[in-house]
Amino acid sequence: MHDNIFKINDKEFLLPGNRSCQGCGLSLAYRFILKALRENTIVAIPPSCLCVLHGLYPTASVIIPAINCTFAGNAASASGIVAALKALDKPDITVLALSGDGGTYDIGIQSLSGAAERNTDFIFACYDNEAYMNTGTQRSGATPMGAITTTTPLLTKREKKKDFIKIMEAHDLPYLATVSPSYPMDLYEKFVKAKRIKGTRYMHIDTPCPPGWGYAAKDTIKIGKLAIETGISILFEIEKGKLRLTGRSETIAKKGKKLPVVHYVERQTRFKKMSMEQLSQLQSSVDDRWNEYVGRAEL
Amino acid sequence: MSHCELITGNEAAAYAVKLVKPHVIAAYPITPQTSLSEKISLYIESGEIKAEYVTVESEHSAMTVLISASTMGARTFTATSANGLLYMHEQLHWAAGSRLPIVMCCVNRGVGAPWSIFNDQQDSFSQRDAGWIQMYCRNNQEIIDTVIQAYRIAEEVYIPVMVCYDGFILSHTMMPVEIPEESLVQEFLPPYTPHTEISPESPKTVNPVFFPWRRENHEGVLCDGYMEKRYKLQDALLHSADIIRRTNRDFAAMFGRDWGGMTWEYRTDDADIFIVGMGSLAMEATVAADELRRGGIRAGVLGIRVFRPFPCREVADALRGARAIIVFEKCVSYGQTGGFSTDLKAALYGTGITAPLHNYVAGLGGRDVKARELTEAVEGSLTAIDGGDGEHKTVWLNCFTG
Repeated sequence: MHDNIFKINDKEFLLPGNRSCQGCGLSLAYRFILKALRENTIVAIPPSCLCVLHGLYPTASVIIPAINCTFAGNAASASGIVAALKALDKPDITVLALSGDGGTYDIGIQSLSGAAERNTDFIFACYDNEAYMNTGTQRSGATPMGAITTTTPLLTKREKKKDFIKIMEAHDLPYLATVSPSYPMDLYEKFVKAKRIKGTRYMHIDTPCPPGWGYAAKDTIKIGKLAIETGISILFEIEKGKLRLTGRSETIAKKGKKLPVVHYVERQTRFKKMSMEQLSQLQSSVDDRWNEYVGRAEL
Repeated sequence: MSHCELITGNEAAAYAVKLVKPHVIAAYPITPQTSLSEKISLYIESGEIKAEYVTVESEHSAMTVLISASTMGARTFTATSANGLLYMHEQLHWAAGSRLPIVMCCVNRGVGAPWSIFNDQQDSFSQRDAGWIQMYCRNNQEIIDTVIQAYRIAEEVYIPVMVCYDGFILSHTMMPVEIPEESLVQEFLPPYTPHTEISPESPKTVNPVFFPWRRENHEGVLCDGYMEKRYKLQDALLHSADIIRRTNRDFAAMFGRDWGGMTWEYRTDDADIFIVGMGSLAMEATVAADELRRGGIRAGVLGIRVFRPFPCREVADALRGARAIIVFEKCVSYGQTGGFSTDLKAALYGTGITAPLHNYVAGLGGRDVKARELTEAVEGSLTAIDGGDGEHKTVWLNCFTG
């Protein structure tokens, strides 16, 4: 375990001055992902916040080769890179597809499921910021119940967040892990591990978004931590079917006590219209999920 | 040595794929393309084709896989039909905009709704403006030869090529086909070199967001805006006609078969009545032309081999002496006339050619079109034209419109 942040690869692949928003959770996660995956990496990019972050022609903010693709095709695009590398006998290059929740849960699910079923040799990482943020915060399958978005402006989202991690687990992948940019060492460690594994690896990044979630840009780390402290997100990895809690989630499960979800909810204006009933439903589904994962983990 | 085999159109296409040795193939089965993707699977599993075959979950993904693979420097192939092609639509634009020399067979089939598995050309016609070269074949020999030519054209001009042939009429019908010798194909088709190197040594972001205007890069060099990029595609597509003509000539010199380049003609030397068509329907028209000539009508056929880029020069040259132009086609520009004739009329504007043009929409959804029906239609048109009806008109042939 990289217990010390100074042991992390000090090379920067994501350059300063990129076009992400102030306090962007994706920008922070991407910085550590690229440090973990290093030079021999090619990234497939769908139209999304990531596409904007990469820059506007003829400038780019990332010194890793990247190929833009269409929205529904991120995993298929990565499959094409993988196939070409194999056919052209260029081994040892890691292929990363990095989509938001729209490109993963919704429009991208078909090509992702297909690529995962074929056990395509790539990492698919979803930066889940729980709405279509690049187009200005419209609801997605990942938006939690009770959140205001621009397509649920008055009544809030009335459906629960899709349990996409379970969908990916059902593909019986060699490696699946959840990470948060608020815990960069846990994130880094998991991507280093993922790089060494063959086949489809799914990485789920809980990605706080200041403009979309409605909190001050300086609080990204805090919000990301509260997601973990309340059990709304759980840090774990599943390798060969075995689930293991990691980092702060493991600590909370072992000796701590997780916080009530209201601590997380009350800091974000997207939840300002959340009803007491929705809040108690959220608490109870978070509790159920937490108990399930703690029960499955070998502590 | 080349040899002759009795094979279907789909088998001819699969044979061509084996000869051009692609690196990456991705395809999703759809009638009537299916036996082509199955044949390729057989070649892959038996080791006769050494390629990565990505058995994708959709046509959209098939084209997406090829876009990335071609960007990486792989020679690629796919095939589809009808709604599969429509499902690829977004990616067709992306492939052309990325200037990737992907080659695809479109086994022509009517599009839904309602469902039809049978032949017409509405599928590829409706992809006319995606920025691809479109070539139409009239028999199985032309399919194998055109797929081989398509790779050389695509890789020279960096534009994807769609090789279209009629579903069932060609795809599932056996004909004797001469299989080109592998070493000659290798000589004819040099290795593919991508226009942009993608590697960790040369990190770049491919196809990012472009501004409407031109912008300077970090060295102060003014770079293309979106419009310049798009102009370059149009310019290359227009100039590809020369490459298509030359490739056809080179192919004829090496393999002994001349498919005409952009168009082909049948008994047009002294013709004043021109029947125009694409694919197998135009072949049927050659039988009709013979029949018309037996009746004293000097009919000839102008076959359209390449629909995009449009063969403006060839059609104007061929139709210069026409007294009447009769177009038979298996596609419609809904709300206008038959799809091909709208383009043909546009190409004739300003050439001084003012012959009446009658246009017959025929054979949609697999409705059989017999040479006799074409003959009767031409005769009917000539009676009307000779009677002073010089108007352009569209008729749905052999279709109850009452």
